[in-house]
Amino acid sequence: MNGSRSLLVIVPALNEAGAIAGVVESIHRELPHVPVLVIDDCSTDATVELAKKAGADVVSLPRHLGLGGCVQTGYKLAYELGFDYVVRVDGDGQHDARDIPRIYARLVESGAHMVIGSRFVEQNGQRTTPMRGIGIALFRLLLRVVLGKPVHDPTSGFVGVNRTALQVFSRTFPLEYPEIEALVVLQRRRFRFEEVPCRMHPRRTGRSTITGFRSIYYLIHVLLGIVVNVLKYDARSNRPPENV
Amino acid sequence: MSRLLLFTSAISILLFLVVLFSVRRSQIRAEYSVGWLIASVALFALSRSSWLLDRSARFLHIDQPPVVLLLGLFFVFLLLFFWASILISRLRDDTVALVQRIAILEYHINHSIQYGPRSKET
Repeated sequence: MNGSRSLLVIVPALNEAGAIAGVVESIHRELPHVPVLVIDDCSTDATVELAKKAGADVVSLPRHLGLGGCVQTGYKLAYELGFDYVVRVDGDGQHDARDIPRIYARLVESGAHMVIGSRFVEQNGQRTTPMRGIGIALFRLLLRVVLGKPVHDPTSGFVGVNRTALQVFSRTFPLEYPEIEALVVLQRRRFRFEEVPCRMHPRRTGRSTITGFRSIYYLIHVLLGIVVNVLKYDARSNRPPENV
Repeated sequence: MSRLLLFTSAISILLFLVVLFSVRRSQIRAEYSVGWLIASVALFALSRSSWLLDRSARFLHIDQPPVVLLLGLFFVFLLLFFWASILISRLRDDTVALVQRIAILEYHINHSIQYGPRSKET
């Protein structure tokens, strides 16, 4: 990984053999000089081999950690290697690599700590399942109160962060369902986030892990995570600001 | 009532011995056995002392003294399970950090083998 120190694209992946090569190739096509790091969450299929073959660097977790632990590994390594910006792209092919430059440009130009690639920031006809839609609407409502500003797509995994946020996430990052909690973590530290419109494709292979009863668990888990983070950081609000 | 107290006395002795043997066989670390040993001794003391049981029942306005025993047991085990949850959470955090560190070190090693040691500025 000897290219630019400025931007790294990380791709968390678990058993994405059907999509990973296409994802890596599309990123390389769009950003030929930007390194791509696939973080493999202990896949049992050919994800690692296919990612390497497609030209990505691969970090292989020896044990399955879940999405949050997997993404945080990428953030930790990116921080150690001195990258200034990291964009996370899902390994199932849902995110469009053509949107990465837009996220990166907004990160650099606005100075925001996090930029979210959002399906809903513009009425661009993006659809989701009814259950997921209800969940997103509920989280939007709650986050509007907690964050003090609207978030159109709080569950989006298509996010870019700058080095300051990278430092925070290297130390503190939710292990499960990290997207919403990560927003609260940043906001409680008075960090700024922005949203840019982006396209979303149907996943190329596999299926979402948040289905049936797991969606109820997801809802409770994320709600609890929001409350815990609000309490945790509000309790620290009287202390001097951290040096980040 | 005396049969119930005899039974709980036997259970408490059994619990004490099982914990001791488990420590001896290194199945449980000594520091984590302390809570269980204290719980078994407390259970034994309550079951063998009807005076203590009666006083406790009167203090808590409970008509049936054996209920005090069950209530005590319930809270002791609740505390122990909560303590175990704290330990498991801590272990989980440690495991995640270690797995991440191993993966990152392995990445650095593979990178060094492939491209040579990374220079300081990269």
